[in-house]
Amino acid sequence: MFRLVALLTGAAAAVAQSPDFVRDVRPILNKRCAGCHGAAQQMNGLRLDDPESAIRGGYSGPAIVKGKSAESKLIERVRSTKDGFRMPPSGPAAAPAEVATLAAWIDAGAVYPEGLRAAPAARPRNTHWSFQPVRRPDPPAVKNADWARNPIDRFVLAKLETEGVAPSPEASKATLIRRVTLDLTGLPPTPRETREFLADDAPGAYERVADRLLRSPRYGEKWARHWLDLAHYADSDGYEKDLIRPWAWRYRHWLIDAINRDLPFDRFTVEQLAGDLLPNAGTDELVATGFLRNTLTNREAGVDRDEARFEQLVNRTNTVGSVWLGLGVGCAQCHNHKYDPITQKDYYSLLSFFDLSEEQDIDAPLPGEVGAYLAALPEYEKKRKTLFDEYEVGALMPLWEVKILEAIDKPGTQAEWDFSLTAMKASFDRTLKVMKTQPAQRAPRDTRRLENYFVHSGGSFGLPHQDKFKKIRDEMRKKLDALDATLPPFSQAQAMIDDPARDATRLRIRGQWNQYGIAVKPEPPAFLAPSSTSRQTRLDLAKWLVSPENPLPARVHANRVWGEFFGRALAKVTEDFGKQGEKPSHPELLDWLASEFMKPSDPLARPWSMKHLHRTIVTSAAYRQSSRARPEMDKRDPENLLLARQSRLRLPAEILRDASLSAAGLLSDDIGGHSIRPPQPEGVAELGYGRSRNAWKTSSGRERYRRGLYIHFQRTTPYPMLMNFDEPDGAVSCSRRGRSNTPLQALNLLNDEVFFEAARALAWRVEREAPPGVAARLEYAFALCFNRPPTETERQRLARFHDEQTRILSEEKSDLSPWTGVSRVLLNLDEFITRE
Amino acid sequence: MPPFDANTFRNRRRFLTEVAGGIGAMALGDLMHPGALSAAGATDPLAPRKGHFPGKAKSVIFMFMEGGPSQMDLFDPKPELQKWHGKPAPESIIKQVTLAFTKPNAAILASPRVFKKHGQSGLEFSDWLPYTAENADDICQVRSMTTDAFNHHPAQCLMFTGSQVVGRPALGAWTVYGLGSESRSLPGFVVLASGAGTSGGASNFSSGFLPSTYQGTLLRGTGDPILYMSNPPGISKLSQRAALDAMRDLNETHRTDTGDEEIASRIASYELAYRMQSAGPELADFSSESKETLEMYGIDDPKTRAYATNCLLARRLVERGVRFVLNMNASWDSHVQLNTKLKNNCEGTDKPTGALIKDLKRRGLLDSTLVVWGGEFGRTPVCEIRNTQEADNAGRDHHPGAYTMWLAGGGIKGGQALGKTDELGFFITEDKVHHHDLQATIMHCLGFDHTKLTYRYMGRDFRLTDVHGEVVKKLLA
Repeated sequence: MFRLVALLTGAAAAVAQSPDFVRDVRPILNKRCAGCHGAAQQMNGLRLDDPESAIRGGYSGPAIVKGKSAESKLIERVRSTKDGFRMPPSGPAAAPAEVATLAAWIDAGAVYPEGLRAAPAARPRNTHWSFQPVRRPDPPAVKNADWARNPIDRFVLAKLETEGVAPSPEASKATLIRRVTLDLTGLPPTPRETREFLADDAPGAYERVADRLLRSPRYGEKWARHWLDLAHYADSDGYEKDLIRPWAWRYRHWLIDAINRDLPFDRFTVEQLAGDLLPNAGTDELVATGFLRNTLTNREAGVDRDEARFEQLVNRTNTVGSVWLGLGVGCAQCHNHKYDPITQKDYYSLLSFFDLSEEQDIDAPLPGEVGAYLAALPEYEKKRKTLFDEYEVGALMPLWEVKILEAIDKPGTQAEWDFSLTAMKASFDRTLKVMKTQPAQRAPRDTRRLENYFVHSGGSFGLPHQDKFKKIRDEMRKKLDALDATLPPFSQAQAMIDDPARDATRLRIRGQWNQYGIAVKPEPPAFLAPSSTSRQTRLDLAKWLVSPENPLPARVHANRVWGEFFGRALAKVTEDFGKQGEKPSHPELLDWLASEFMKPSDPLARPWSMKHLHRTIVTSAAYRQSSRARPEMDKRDPENLLLARQSRLRLPAEILRDASLSAAGLLSDDIGGHSIRPPQPEGVAELGYGRSRNAWKTSSGRERYRRGLYIHFQRTTPYPMLMNFDEPDGAVSCSRRGRSNTPLQALNLLNDEVFFEAARALAWRVEREAPPGVAARLEYAFALCFNRPPTETERQRLARFHDEQTRILSEEKSDLSPWTGVSRVLLNLDEFITRE
Repeated sequence: MPPFDANTFRNRRRFLTEVAGGIGAMALGDLMHPGALSAAGATDPLAPRKGHFPGKAKSVIFMFMEGGPSQMDLFDPKPELQKWHGKPAPESIIKQVTLAFTKPNAAILASPRVFKKHGQSGLEFSDWLPYTAENADDICQVRSMTTDAFNHHPAQCLMFTGSQVVGRPALGAWTVYGLGSESRSLPGFVVLASGAGTSGGASNFSSGFLPSTYQGTLLRGTGDPILYMSNPPGISKLSQRAALDAMRDLNETHRTDTGDEEIASRIASYELAYRMQSAGPELADFSSESKETLEMYGIDDPKTRAYATNCLLARRLVERGVRFVLNMNASWDSHVQLNTKLKNNCEGTDKPTGALIKDLKRRGLLDSTLVVWGGEFGRTPVCEIRNTQEADNAGRDHHPGAYTMWLAGGGIKGGQALGKTDELGFFITEDKVHHHDLQATIMHCLGFDHTKLTYRYMGRDFRLTDVHGEVVKKLLA
């Protein structure tokens, strides 16, 4: 066969003298190419010393076309003089004689000696700690066994004993209840809760508090926020237009509920990544896939849709990589990962799962909505039909559709319609699919959506009846909006659905969206999972992620959770379990936690129960230690790796708000639902591009006082208080927040209307609810803010401040209460904004 | 290599203790942030630091003309366009150009502007930039700017963060991360905005994955110049001080109880906040400026007032040690009515711009202040959609392939135009300067090797220029 090709190229003479692979060609390859395209490394998936892989080629396709050197990329690249294109990219270029030899060899059929098999490619040995199966280490023996409350403590204590360090004493009961209440529910304990706990001397009092908190609906709110960081949730699209996503909150609503009912983490994973593919998937499972819809959407009209879509796929792939695998897979978007065994092909195989899916908004009515909606629908439909008839939409809309279809099928016919189509694609999801479906076959939801789009934004360039089109745009649009507003609420949600009809995913050379390489099929990373022959879906991916064979998700999640409770995860770099990450301080403890998470020792606990994992941690003696500094440990263990104490942690942004509103008695306890807009200074929302469309309408009534996690997150102009306190910007997944300390934070807490209102409300509450007298009121204010009585020093200092305020305010003829001043001081104290 | 010197952190605990007693003039920061220095090794994240080598520029004023100013109407004269005016551009050319909104058969649009040589260098400017042109000998035009993105948001992200993907730290954040700030009563990275909102929004001044300490602080035109800077209604300065005194004493007590030195940082932050409350109004109070200065900027002219105010603020910020000023003006996105819109843009900004350079120079600040002017991309030589014969309606589309920005001061060789474009202005023919190259050059002027100012995040060392960028040596003095 090789010979035949060579003969056909008419180079019979050349065959006789054609270069011999072993004698002439291999030395050149060894000298110029083998470093990157040999046994040790296959850059861009290309290996040249092995016949089979050489002929198959690399990620961008074949490098050698037998018999045709002119068509072979190998020759094109070694011949090129263009930097960045020429091969080899560094070092001296191949000599002209060498290029000629390679070309002649290819022209002669690129014959490798029969039977030549190069050494198998070096497979990176997966000896890295995080890729090893999760074991269940036995808790080590310890001297001070009495200290240990559960197995966690034996691991912690064993290490401390090796170092000759004693653990810290247990924190006071008041500190403990504040700590655990903040950590599990994100709120400070009420004075009553504190009182009851202090009075409960029976064994298990603390555990009972923990169990009460785990049952509280506030628990779901607190832990949803952590997961929302990972999902990089927001209420808007991002990018220039940054359109509001009116139904994004449905996912958050689902999340809070899922966490409150302790949906096991494996099922929790499956529903979010592939709820739509579950047998008998209901609305709930579809809403869960909203996890995948938190990716930014670029609706700028001039943006290439394929490019915008590719960016979303990359984001989804990277999110899954960091949330479940704890790996920065993103490096492999452009090239094989330098440190971890993820090839570029692995990356696109993972990306392919999301490529074979598409975004879809769905009807997702909340309990109680359907009845009223259905009752109102017939009347609505009747009026809608009358309105459509009045403006002859039935006759005019098809004219428009014809033009849009023409722009789809024959682009370039009329530039104006090309532009209309571009604009439509940017704002009307699934334009092509809906347009290409016969009107009678369209889903009713799509029909109505399309009609509404036509009425609002349909063009009419060059069409007859311009006057009628104009009337639709000018008059009818408003009438339709008014009519739509009469419909009772009927909630929607953002979901993800399977789209198997899509073309196979192609690897992208150097990660460029429009540089297509070889086709790949959806598969988990090869170094972690065996290849499968059947067509895999997101459901297979999700199930594989949480399968017992995959050692990463349980470790990654348990590690992240530990970080939330201690301020520093066992493996500090929570998003990188690869070789560039940091090894865990307590590897055996991490494995024990991961194993306990998957297969709890307690027969009453469910596998993968997040509540069980949390309970196990908060009931440990390690968690219950005092956070008081230990100067003797400063030098030895500045990062507290040994866990010889707890840590003092500044509260996260939302919790700061919640704590202030809660102490002040302002906090609303409504759970879930749409986002809210607390007061924000004028001019913040206006900085964005869609300033009028995305105007900030301050919430009123109870809404104004809802928890921080419900604050509307507009990506280009986020709520300033959140950003001041290290809220991640929602562009990519975030597994651990910063805890910065800046003067802007001080200004925020001192002067922001929201916090001043809290100070005033706290003052009002203290004056109204506590017995008269400075001492009694201080006592009560301290109970509300710090769940402890003031010390004598504090009492004296604040009494002095109270008197000083009284004097200043009277001199200034102000009608503010001096208690507002006192409250302001309390709500700004380091102790108030810190979890001790 | 982070630009920090480990020795400066060694005595942190003692330092903090000392500061906490007397409330020193330092903001002490908590760097408990992903990938940052170890908690115990951290000190004031905004303390002034040295670069990799001594840089000529100590501070940067980036005048960002959002939307894309038209280079062939302002800087890069293209007389050849006259010959082609109204005719479709050659097909061979238009095929290679990516257009956002323009039809491929769009006609060439000649510029009605008159260009003149200025200064000793004879650098050319259009008649719509008379005041900027007065500084010709200090200005280096880069007529060969190019970018990969042809839409606003991605192009702005690329220009300010080195990546089209949202979420990376902005140029200003990298600068402050590298150099800290000289100011102890104002933020190190300040953002000024005039005109409409920008497409890039907060991405243009976000700290991305760097600690949020490095994010840009918007100095606002209405309300408080810095968010939450004014006391709440009814709280006087006296009351505020008394409250801060009480907080300090109580926090100090708590520091003793917990032994946590971070509380000293908290106290210091509150004191700095208090100083900002005085420094902010002082900054915005122009009463100490001479009448001549105010006039030179155009503060009193309603047309220039908004941008003039920001230019004067920019100078005052730099004078007070602020490291990076992002002075944004929107929008220069003239898809239609170019002649009207661009004229308005120029009339609103040219005078203050010229004044700023002059003012910096006469105060001896220009040598240490790098001034950068430009948009995220340029505009096409072809006309967009509407009929070229209706001169008032004519506009230009986005053109990332070749456009002009300019730099002055801090290490830049003025009085020159770097780079050339073809006769019609479609392509660069000489000295291509990509956004990444501009970033590399700015970092160089500040004293950094752009490949070495990195931050570890998600298992990777990130840098402003991603894996690209070369310092443009020809720009340097």
